[in-house]
Amino acid sequence: MIKRRAIAALLIASMCAGTLAGCGNSGQSGTTGEGKVINIYSWNDEFRQRVEAVYPEVEKTSEDGTVTTLKDGTEIHWIINPNQDGVYQQKLDEALLNQADAAADDKIDIFLSETDYVNKYTDADADVAMPLADLGIDPATDLKDQYEFTKTTASDMNGVQRGSTWQCCPGLLVYRRDIAMDVFGTDDPEAIGEKVKDWDTMKATAEELKAKGYYTFASYADTFRLYGNSIGDSWVKQGETVINVDQKIMDWISDSKEWLDAGYLDKTVKGQWNDDWNKSMGSASKVFAFLFPAWGIDFTLKPNWDGDAGAWAVTNPPQEYNWGGSYVHACTGTDNPEHVKDIILAVTASEDNLLKISRDYSDFTNTTVGMQKAAGDDTFSSEFLGGQNPFMYFAPVAENIKIAPLSAYDQGCVELIQNAFSDYFQGLVEYDKAKTNFETAIKERYPDITEIRWPD
Amino acid sequence: MESKKPNALRSIVAHLVLIILSIMCLFFFYILIINATRSHADLQKGFSALPGKDFLVNLNKVANDGTFPMFRGILNSLVVSGFSAALCTYFSSLTAYGLYAYDFKLKKVAFTFIMAILVMPTQVTAMGFLRLITKMGMYDSLLPLIIPSIASPAVFYFMYSYLQSSLPLSLVEAARIDGSMEFRTFNQIVLPIMKPAIAVQAIFTFVGSWNNYFVPALIIQSKDKMTVPILIATLRGADYMNFDSAKIYMMIMVAIVPIVIIYLLLSKYIIAGVTLGGVKE
Amino acid sequence: MKKKQKSISYAKWGYIFILPFFLCYFIFSLIPLADTIRYSFFEYYRSGIKEIGPTFIGMENYGSLLESDMLKYGANTLILWVIGFIPQILIALLLAVWFTDIRLKIRGKQFFKVVIYLPNLIMASAFAMLFFTIFSTNGPINSILMSLGVIHEKIDFMGSTFGTRSLIGFMNFLMWFGNTTIMLMAAIMGISVDVFEAAEIDGCSGIRRFFSIILPLIRPILAYTLITAIIGGLQMFDVPQILTNGQGTPDRTSMTLIMFLNSHLKSKNYGMAGALSVYLFIVSGALCFVVYKMTNGNDEDGSKAAAKRRAKEEKRRRK
Repeated sequence: MIKRRAIAALLIASMCAGTLAGCGNSGQSGTTGEGKVINIYSWNDEFRQRVEAVYPEVEKTSEDGTVTTLKDGTEIHWIINPNQDGVYQQKLDEALLNQADAAADDKIDIFLSETDYVNKYTDADADVAMPLADLGIDPATDLKDQYEFTKTTASDMNGVQRGSTWQCCPGLLVYRRDIAMDVFGTDDPEAIGEKVKDWDTMKATAEELKAKGYYTFASYADTFRLYGNSIGDSWVKQGETVINVDQKIMDWISDSKEWLDAGYLDKTVKGQWNDDWNKSMGSASKVFAFLFPAWGIDFTLKPNWDGDAGAWAVTNPPQEYNWGGSYVHACTGTDNPEHVKDIILAVTASEDNLLKISRDYSDFTNTTVGMQKAAGDDTFSSEFLGGQNPFMYFAPVAENIKIAPLSAYDQGCVELIQNAFSDYFQGLVEYDKAKTNFETAIKERYPDITEIRWPD
Repeated sequence: MESKKPNALRSIVAHLVLIILSIMCLFFFYILIINATRSHADLQKGFSALPGKDFLVNLNKVANDGTFPMFRGILNSLVVSGFSAALCTYFSSLTAYGLYAYDFKLKKVAFTFIMAILVMPTQVTAMGFLRLITKMGMYDSLLPLIIPSIASPAVFYFMYSYLQSSLPLSLVEAARIDGSMEFRTFNQIVLPIMKPAIAVQAIFTFVGSWNNYFVPALIIQSKDKMTVPILIATLRGADYMNFDSAKIYMMIMVAIVPIVIIYLLLSKYIIAGVTLGGVKE
Repeated sequence: MKKKQKSISYAKWGYIFILPFFLCYFIFSLIPLADTIRYSFFEYYRSGIKEIGPTFIGMENYGSLLESDMLKYGANTLILWVIGFIPQILIALLLAVWFTDIRLKIRGKQFFKVVIYLPNLIMASAFAMLFFTIFSTNGPINSILMSLGVIHEKIDFMGSTFGTRSLIGFMNFLMWFGNTTIMLMAAIMGISVDVFEAAEIDGCSGIRRFFSIILPLIRPILAYTLITAIIGGLQMFDVPQILTNGQGTPDRTSMTLIMFLNSHLKSKNYGMAGALSVYLFIVSGALCFVVYKMTNGNDEDGSKAAAKRRAKEEKRRRK
């Protein structure tokens, strides 16, 4: 019994989904020569909502959210698997491996990926994400309004763009106005921006906050994205099986240790996305600031804040960074290239549509012109931020982001280095032991990794 | 009668121990119920010992969400767990009886074989299992969650042990002399004797199957076939936009209600089983 | 000695009765198992979405596992198991005896029987989630202890090896003691009422009753409990996985063998996962063999018959 029990919640370890049952209408081609079923793989309803909002061909979506019917009778089948425990990628990978043999109506037409693992799917050798040019989208003209770094992110090592996004996730520093008033005598975003403009200034500011009994940030994980996004070289170079730990990562480790020991961070908050972290966003908390992109402010900070609206404000971060972003890929072998092209263009390339998404869903969207308009448009100001228009701050950050060179190993590296050194920060293991633990964990995750190089 | 005093003392100790254990067990349910009555925003703020006001709101959220097939999921889970428990206990009893009551050439081999596979960690075969199911065309169907429960070495072993201690072979022979056919003997004489064991294993199999996430997560794809644990995983896997811990707690609570009822029903049988299963030699 | 010709005439029924089990087993478990063993000799994994292998490499996977921290994870598993199992079996035996003792009047017996099994009804992952919340640094346990004045500084339960291991052990105990109690209760209730009546008339004390009658008579079920507990222990996964976010923190001291296996499955390293599975299979097989031999003595199905005989004799003596 215990045996059965253990299986019960065992992670979805491996392998999955060969065929996609339940999606098999007869493979009848329509008048356009296109298939009748568009299969879209994703991990939530986010993309569906945006397609419904801006794709004019949408007629209606079934009540359970699994099928969207288009005006020409084509059906979009949404195949949603949770991100939890890597289930989404496992099912997607398995379906991609069977893509060539699948019946026309079972073939994947569109799939989504996140910045942390987009590189795994845009790989030129794997060739699972179609080059946009093959669909008839010319990135240079059709997508010229997009932020440059999002185009780089979705490109393979030859610079061929194989995905596109509606979303752009520049991050800001969000701080508590009352704490700013108490410590600095002002809550003016310009003045505070000056106090957090780079890491050295930031440290002096942290000391001031500490003197009054406040923490600067909640957890060491909060600052990781800023360092992690500015690495000079990718974690693994193309064609190599060696992990290069960048000096920036080492800086994050030494700074985090220093900050934690100095009392600038809350020791009881270990990492992100846990109860303690959530509570540190409440009114009883002593944490001054968080580092969040648009989605973080609206969907993480706001629900966790229990005080009045207007208590928070945004300003520039000590360093430009990007956190998150979902990419849309056309899947090689799709039998609906025309529809796929239309959908990608509608959701990611039209300034009007993107502004509508920004308004309806608070996304910072992938349109340089549109976002500049939003930055100057008072109707985009936020009550939660005391009437501030966050787009004023997001836009310049987005323009200055230089995306870190990516590799297919990023997700594991980012996750495991934080885990391994978490023990070190809390004083549970020695520095060298944390390094060894990272090496062990990363080799388990990626069996082809042969060596881990640390900077001197 | 001289043992009256120590018994009074034992009784006090027994009650004390039971009360402490019960408090520990119930504490978690208390937290679960409290959490299910609070909103996501309240939950984020921290623990409260008093219930919130959002019980119906939360229930409504999980029960009436068109994209979240709660009732369908419960129905699927009931079907899978019910059939699994029935097949598992019946065929394990049958196998145990076959090996216990009959003599045949391969008896020892068969017994040793089952004892050997008893120890096999189940995760081990999962990858091959999935490949096989896909090849057999049973992917995304409830059948592969039910049929394999026919072969449950652990349950077999329990039944076998139980037969050893409760079924005298003389009873079987008496039935034969009365002209009872072998299947009839099993169904009408042996099964009733095994009722307590069957009730126990039926509960465990039912609960195990009800809470099984690993295999269904591999095999089930479409929404209308999802079982309760997959639904809970869907809620937990929801990202920052849709993540609602109140819904998770509510769904966990909803998921427990049917098994508590099943347990209460079957636990009666365990009690009744004492009289039914008591074998007089 | 049974009459030979009689058993021969019924032999086919034996085969018929065990056929469904074996048929089902061969199809759904043996074929996949053969697959697993076969891959353990191959280099076979995924890099990104590319499949590497399968390439035959002989025993290499087995060798590199021995060089890894596998043994350390084995020790972790053992420690975690012992912490949970010892209290579990002791409490379960005690409760099973109490519940089945007609002389011991327990008020609300039915209520207790239901309550102790309740924790087993929640999904382990959901239970671990609750535990995590309750024992977090800013969680209710800390606030309760603080307000009672028991502690003055918040305890970081999951911040130390001892704390994490204790929590995992405690959780396993809480989840499984009810289950074990019920199983042992069923075993004790399977004992013929006559035996207890005889013992009672003999003026057998509670302790003697336990050691001389109950324990020997439920030996097969006790062996069963031990064996399933060992298998369950070896397969311990979901509780530490969720409580430590799959990392076995701190410093991998709560990383169990199946968590290790899982990390290979996650990277789709079928070769390594296969080899680890074979190791697990051998270890659990050996352990169970020992337990089985120990508890069942030499006679495969005679231990209980002997006990029964003893009880009968006792009865006769009394008459």
